[in-house]
Formats: sequence, C-alpha cells, structure tokens
Amino acid sequence: MSDTACPVPAMPGVAARRRAQAVEVLGHELVIDPTGAVWWPSEAMLIVADLHLEKGSSRAARGYLVPPYDTSAALAGLVALRQRYQPKAVLALGDTFHDRRAGERMAPRDADTLASLSQGCDWLWIAGNHDREAPALIRGDWLSEWRCGSLVFRHEPTAAAAPGEIAGHLHPVAKIQVRGRVLRCRCVVTDGSRAVLPAFGAYTGGLNICDAAFEPVMARQLMRLWMLGDEAVYPVGQDMLLPDRSVQSRRKATLASQPQATARKAATKP
Amino acid sequence: MSAKAGPPSTDATTALPDRFRRWFKKRGWRPRSHQLDLIAETKPGGSVLLIAPTGAGKTLAGFLPSLIDLADAPDAHGGVHTLYLSPLKALAVDIARNLEAPITEMELPIAVETRTGDTSQAKRQRQKLHPPQILMTTPEQLALLLASAEAEFLFGNLKRVIVDELHAIAPTKRGDLLALGIARLRRLSPALSIAGLSATVKNPDDLRRWLAPQRIGEELAAVITVPGGARPEIIVHETSEHLPWSGHAARHAIPAIYQAIKEHKLTLVFVNTRFIAEFLFQALWETNDDNLPIALHHGSLDVNQRRKVEAAMAAGRLRAVICTATLDLGIDWGDVDLVVHMGSPKGSSRLLQRIGRANHRMDEPSKAIIVPGNRFEVIECEATRSAAMAGQQDTEPLQAGALDVLAQHVLGMACAAPFEVADLHAEITGAAPYRHLGFEEFTDVVNFVATGGYALKSYDRFARIRQTKDGLWRIANPRAAQQYRMNVGTIVEADMLRVRLTRSRSRRSGLTGPVSRGGRVLGEIEDYFASTLRPGDTFAFGGEILRFETLAENEVLATRSHTQDAKVPSYAGGRMPLTTDVAATVRDMIANPARWTELPGQVREWLEIQRHRSVLPGHDELLVETFPRAGKHWMVCYPFEGRNAHQTLGMLLTRRMERAGLNPLGFVANDYALTIWCLGDIDARIGAGLFSLDELFDEDMLGDDLEEWLLESSLMKRMFRNCAIIAGLIEKRFPGQEKTGRQMTISSDLIYDVLRRHEPDHLLLRAARADAAKGLLDVSRVGSMLARVKGRIVHQPLDRISPLAVPVILEIGREPVHGQARNALLEEASSALVEEAMGSADV
Repeated sequence: MSDTACPVPAMPGVAARRRAQAVEVLGHELVIDPTGAVWWPSEAMLIVADLHLEKGSSRAARGYLVPPYDTSAALAGLVALRQRYQPKAVLALGDTFHDRRAGERMAPRDADTLASLSQGCDWLWIAGNHDREAPALIRGDWLSEWRCGSLVFRHEPTAAAAPGEIAGHLHPVAKIQVRGRVLRCRCVVTDGSRAVLPAFGAYTGGLNICDAAFEPVMARQLMRLWMLGDEAVYPVGQDMLLPDRSVQSRRKATLASQPQATARKAATKP
Repeated sequence: MSAKAGPPSTDATTALPDRFRRWFKKRGWRPRSHQLDLIAETKPGGSVLLIAPTGAGKTLAGFLPSLIDLADAPDAHGGVHTLYLSPLKALAVDIARNLEAPITEMELPIAVETRTGDTSQAKRQRQKLHPPQILMTTPEQLALLLASAEAEFLFGNLKRVIVDELHAIAPTKRGDLLALGIARLRRLSPALSIAGLSATVKNPDDLRRWLAPQRIGEELAAVITVPGGARPEIIVHETSEHLPWSGHAARHAIPAIYQAIKEHKLTLVFVNTRFIAEFLFQALWETNDDNLPIALHHGSLDVNQRRKVEAAMAAGRLRAVICTATLDLGIDWGDVDLVVHMGSPKGSSRLLQRIGRANHRMDEPSKAIIVPGNRFEVIECEATRSAAMAGQQDTEPLQAGALDVLAQHVLGMACAAPFEVADLHAEITGAAPYRHLGFEEFTDVVNFVATGGYALKSYDRFARIRQTKDGLWRIANPRAAQQYRMNVGTIVEADMLRVRLTRSRSRRSGLTGPVSRGGRVLGEIEDYFASTLRPGDTFAFGGEILRFETLAENEVLATRSHTQDAKVPSYAGGRMPLTTDVAATVRDMIANPARWTELPGQVREWLEIQRHRSVLPGHDELLVETFPRAGKHWMVCYPFEGRNAHQTLGMLLTRRMERAGLNPLGFVANDYALTIWCLGDIDARIGAGLFSLDELFDEDMLGDDLEEWLLESSLMKRMFRNCAIIAGLIEKRFPGQEKTGRQMTISSDLIYDVLRRHEPDHLLLRAARADAAKGLLDVSRVGSMLARVKGRIVHQPLDRISPLAVPVILEIGREPVHGQARNALLEEASSALVEEAMGSADV
C-alpha cells in the first residue's frame, strides 16, 4: 500500500491523461499539479498543504532513525514548482513544520534552501495544528486563515458547510482497484464549493477519503476527485472508491465452540 | 521422544552410567549406537551434528549427555547447564514434558523449564534469579536473555547447547539470529559443547559449518549419521480419468483418496496451498458417506482450532487430516500410517520430510501416494518420486547472513555490555553465516545502528549507541534498550484480518440493515486478500463456504453461504517453486524419450505430439516457440525454474520487448514455462535481422533492467519493510496495539521512496536486494538459467500453439471470473485450446 505518487496504468473509467487538471471551486479555476500542489492562475499563486518538514527527524528523536532526506525532498519539490509556475506568491496551508522544534532540527543546507525559496516572491503561511507558531527561520506572515475574494484558506476543514474553503489537514488519499491491483494514491477532493488538498510532505501518510473524518466536510455523492500519478493527474469516479482496512488489533479470540474444521459429521460420528 | 529398540551396541556398558543402563533395561530398550556416539562426541568446546530420520530417538540422544553430566553433580554448576533451542515453542513445551519421564523414573534432581513468549512475567523474573539446569526456549527468547545484564550469570557456566530441527531453522533469518546468539554464548562460556539435530539434508557440511565456531579457516562439526530406515513405498497416483491440463486440485482423484483413507488408520493429506486444503476438504466432505472424522489444519485457522485438531489426532479420534506446511515440523501427533501428497511436493527433501510423518518406526516402510494435479505435474511427481526413492536430497545451500538481522543483534549486544568494534567483529565472524563479513561492512552495520548510517550526518544527537572516549560503544539511552526489547525477532507477520461468522442477514429486511456483529471467529485471512473481496463474494474458509458481508474495523464479517462453488481465493503465499534438482530431472525426462516409459499413456502421447508438432526442449537448451494466435503474436519459453523466477524473467523480458517496439501486452508464468503476447510480429522481426532471441535472453538484463524494475516492484517494497522492521528502523506492530494514528508512524513505502532516491546503496536497500535475489523474486535462479542456456536458445516458429504450451496459456484463463460461469468458461477455453494444439490426435 503506497501513499506516494504511484504510476497509474491506463485505468478504465478514467479520462485521458493530462499533466495538470483544472477544477472549479466556487467559480474559481484551480489547476491541480501531479505533485499535489495547486496553481491558482488568476492570482499567480501556488498553494501547498501539509509539508510536515522535519517529520523524519522527529521520528529520529524518538529512536527510529528514518532517512533524514524528507525535508530536502519536499523543498526540492517546491524549488521545481517555483521554476515551473513562476508564482507571485506561495501559500502554505498549515502543518508546514512537523512540530514546534522542527526549525531547530533542520539541517543548515535545508534551512538555506528554505531561505532562498522565500526570496523573490510573497509567502503566506497558515498556521496548522502541528505548527501553531512560526519558527524563527520563517519570514512572512503567519496567519490563522486567509481570505481572497470568495475563497478562504485555512488548515483544518470546517466540519460543516463552508463554501469557498480550501483546506489541508486530512491528507486525503483514494484507493481503487484496477484489474486486481489495488492503487492507493494521494488525491485532491472537491464538491465544487470547497476543496481539500493532499499532503505535500515526503513522509506524510494519507487518510482514505472513505474515512468518517470526511463525512462532515463533504457529502460522498458530491465528491469529485483527482488521483495523483507520477506525471499526471487522473479524475476518478467516486463509485470506484474502496475503503481502507486498518488493522488495529490482532488479538486472537478465545473460542469455546467446537472447531468447525473437524467437520460437522465428526460430531455425529457413530 | 522415544528410544525404541535399535541395533545392539557393543560398548553400551562402557558409555552409560549404571543408573541409565538400568533405566533403559527397565523400559525394555537398548541404547542405540548414535545415542552412545553422541555421548562420546560431547566434549568441551566441541560441536556435533546428528542427522537422523524421524523416529530414531533423536531428541533423547540430544539430552542424554546432559542428563548423565547432571545426574552426579546437579548443583555443581551455577546458571543454566543445558540450553535447548527449537523453532517452535510448542515443540519446546512438548520436549520438556517428555523429558519428565526419564528424570522422574531415574530420580534425577534436575530442573527443566521452558521460556517462551507465553511464559509469565513472574516466572521469567524468577528464571533470571534462579535458572533451571535445563532451559528450553526459542531463538527470540535467547536473544532477549543475551541482551540483558544477567547474560553472564545465566550462561557463564553453560555446558551444552542443543539446536533442534536445525535443517529447518538454519536457512532462515531466525537461523542467522540464532547463529549470532550462539557466537555470544561461546564467548560467555568458551568450553560449551553444541549438538545440532537435523533431518537428512543435501549438504550436511553446511550444517556442520553452521554449528562449529569459525575461527581461522573453516571448521566443521563432527557428524553422526543414522542411516534411513526401510525404504519408503511411494506411488504416483494413476488414473484412468482424463488428466487435467492445468490446475492443482486433482478433482479426478478424490474417490481414490477417500478409498485410501478408509483403508488406513490415520492419513495425513499434505497440500501446497490453503486454497487446495479448503477445496479438498469440501470435496471429501461431499464424498464422506461413512461419516469418517476428517479434519482440516492450516495456518489461517484459529490457533485454538488447530490445537483441538492436534489433540484429536494424538488421541486417535481422527481418520484423516488435510494439512499444509503447518504440520511439517514438530511433535508426533499420532499413529499416521499413510501420507497422501496432493500435487507435486516440489522437492524430494520436502517429500521425504512429509513421508517421515508416517510410521514413526524406522524399521517399517512409510507409505505415501503422490497425486498429480495436471499433466506436467505427472512428470514432476515422477521425477520427485525417483529422487526420493534413491534418497536424494535437494535442500538449498545456506546463504550469507542477513544484514538487517546483524543490525538487530549489534543493538542487543550494546544493551548487554559496551563493546569494541574489532572485538565484536571477531565474535560475529565466528558465526558461520557471517564468516565472510568484512570489517568495513561490519562498521557500516555499527554506524547504521548508531545513527542510521546516512551520508548526511544529521542524527548524531539522536544516536542509539555512542562511542565513548575509551573506544567502546555503549547504549545511548534506556529508550534504545527498550526499543530493542520491543522489536526483537525476525518474523514479520502479514497484516491479518479476523474472520467472524455472523448470522445471515434476513433477505426480507432489505439490504440496508446492519449486519449482526456477534458470532464466532473462524481464523484469519491476509489483509490483501480481504481487500479484493466485495460484498456478496463467496470464499472457502475453515471448511465452509462463506459469503463476504462487510468489514468492521479489523474484522471480516461473513455469513454461511449455500452456493456450491466459491470464488477462488488465490493465496500466493506458501506456493513453493520446484527445486533446481527436480527441475533438472523434469527437463531430462522430457528431453529423453527413453525415460517416457515411466510415464502414463496420456502424458506420453502428449509429449509425442509435441515432438511431432514442434520440438522437445533439450536438457540444457532453452526452447522458445513463437506463433500467431487470435490476432496477436505469442512467445512461449520453457526454463523450468519455478513460477517466481519466471515472473521475474517475464517482467525483464517485457521491458526489453517494449524497447524493441514489439508492444508486449502481457505475460503469464507457471512453474515450467513463461508466455508473453504482443502486437509486434516477432518472427518477422527476427527474419529481417532486427531482433535476436540471443540478445533478448542475454544475461545483461540482470544489470540495469533488473535494478530499474526492482526499485519499482511492490515485492521489493515488501522486502524493504521486513528489513526495516527487523533492523529497527520502524516499529513492529503488536497484537492488541492500537495504531498510533497517521501523524506518528511513517509508512515504509514512503521511506523506501525517499531512501532509494537519496542513498541507493544504503545498508537496508542492500539487505532488501539480497532478500529479493533469493526470495520471492528468485533472481539468482534467473541468473543461473540465463548462464546455462547462453548460446543454446532453440527458436521454433510455429503456425499455431504447441501441445506443451497449453498449460501455461491456460493460466491466462485463471484470472478471477466471478460466480458460476467460471468453470464453464475455463472448460470452454480449455477444450478449444487443446483441439487447436493437438488437432484430432487426442483429447
């Protein structure tokens, strides 16, 4: 099961492959990039959610020494996006840093990359539940939310109707089955009036959009979603969606009953 | 454990103390020569391998030297005197119980205790303070004891180590862990003497080396071999019915199997997959007019159900048990007098092991029937039978020890006491699996344990072990030690879901009503299998056909179904590839018409027509057939290297054919052959000199192509996950442990993606690749096959499918088709194909 961008073969029920896909939210055109970032052409703004920088080192601090390259991977992704779209502004939708001490743990090289990324265009930082306060190395505004016309950008989606809301936090992924193969990829989901963006970070897992957490955000039957492949974005019908089976407990049940395996007839043997 | 009458021994009186001689006499037994030999070979610092067939009194032989030593001076030793290690905790418990008899009857003042995952915390504590003289345990528990501060007290005076079922444990990662543990035991108690107990194997020297300390040069343990008892009677089942072209269920043989069960006291029916076990159980159930008590035993069934079946077997209450590899090892369950093997055993050692389950008396022949499922399997079963009758073994050679296991061990050793790198390197290279491990690679492992071993040195402050000024490496904090204890072991289980039988949902209440949550648990199925089920699908499980209703948290809720035909669950796991030896014999039998007399008429005829229509694959050649069919171009090759190797080969060949512009559309493999179909005309391209089969099958595909494909392969990701868990990079998930939420854990797939981009040569990627080479991908076998057939590729262009190609092409039809239509479709496809291949000659 992979939460990464996965190579999606020709899928039945999937429209022709195109690198980026435009969607409309409350009449605003937004373009979904295969990396999970969203480009807002009318404002020349790039939007990314849930970078979770230094998540790797937070695990390391707990004794699990996962590769220390997640921050540089995410930042390299941002550098490439800036080159591609040449944005006037970048908006980070919260949980940009995995925790309050992420800035202190960041390698100098990555801190330099982050600093040079903030040069030459405006940055808007939305606070998330992981990073309520701005780390020292950040310049720019640290906001709880940001409004622009009829759109409102915040980290956590409102658990009620919220037209025009663009949020992150939930890390949406979608799971489908094609020719016996199960694909689980990050996705963008919208009902036409609001949208939830996928996590951009290299170590950010995902939450299946069939999960109950999405129920108060948008009605299942109104959901439209775009799964992220390696190099393209694929719209997927919501009738194809599969739920996750999170295996939470493997406790064995103790049984008092007769083992079925000894056959019903064994019980009635002469 | 038994010491039934054996050949008389001349020096029995000299080797055994009086008390023991009297005991043997009272029991009406005579010590066997190998039991006495083992006493003689047990010397301080020595190592000995006892190879004996089942029923030879192997276990008693293992313990006699300890009992004799302890009989005189039970209290002269502090700590544990004898450590018994077994791969199965049930076996440890059973052997401990059996040891009670001689100890009580001879009134020996010896304490025997077990220590397994089930042992209570209080007892574990007590064992550390007051250890028994004889301790029975598992490799994981030994690792934990060795990583504790009490290791020296417990094992400083250890005299003997007994490793049971060595042939089963040595080739695994648990074997690596155990070998490292034994190297540490030798350090704590240099004079200890070790005995390994094993079934017959192909390369006894591998196991002798495994037991002996590897210091300067190569050392081998002494070996005592008990010759096999009476030659087994093995029959390959012959049928007058039509032999199927593919499949393994052997439906045609069910009445005959039932008859055999009726004629014997207790029959063990071994099958290769859980699906076949379920299928056969259903089929026998329908035939069971005499109400014979027949039971089912496989790894997915609830553990309590399995224990009940075992107890019923031991008590003689059953007439037959249908089982998978779950009954391969361990305790004698009862008086088995017939073994039936459904489908090919895939190797003569496996067949002999399983036959050894029948008639645990060495002097009586064991009886076995092999039932081939299809035409190819007839050849394979004959090949296996003749190898087994000749006593040929085909166990695989041992491989170099795994690096992830070594990393786990190094952390454990740091928990026990500070270590010096060169010193620990010298210790671990004394363990045979690591005898070739260079100092540099070992330093990599130590660095990995310390800070993850990344080129970017950013984790120094999070180190798990640290080098202090005196040059010693120490555990950096108590949490690292705790993590070691939580994650010890090498068994990474697949995610499993419980299957709960609930009441049928009433049809009248409509389909929207909730499914009842009550009902009993039948066992577990793999998560990935459950994820392919849709509500309403039926599957065979626990001897019943169940209807999948829904998933609730971690449970599959199912109801009883009344359909006759379940949707086929394909359990990929447990499907062993045929051994290289059997494969070579199969190639030889096909290539050599003089040997066809051993085969039944239907199979001979099939090969005759193949010879007529195409050619026979030669012994050391690779036959490649090409033909047009249904608007596509087909290529079939016959490497006979097993399904795993063929799938790897299929992935690599299709990549190349894609680059050559042949537009391959798909491929399918079975144990013998591989077929690829494409849009491009292979023959035309070869004719025009634009494409060459020699180049297609060139060994260089194992370079970049393999590397590229491996990196994307989901199997590789699964192997990486196992390595990452064993090496302590990510947590092991525990029974009953709640998932800590998506913010906490990082999926191993994400780690894999990041690591391979940034450090493709990282230790854990090397470990995962090594696993891939010998495991599910069987890269090593693809490699030796390509080398073997180099310059010997025989291309046979045909105008239609050949007889030999039928079985593999039929695999295509085995893609799941729902419902009752499946069999009809298969049958239709099958008869059309056969007609096409054989013409009017047969069918």
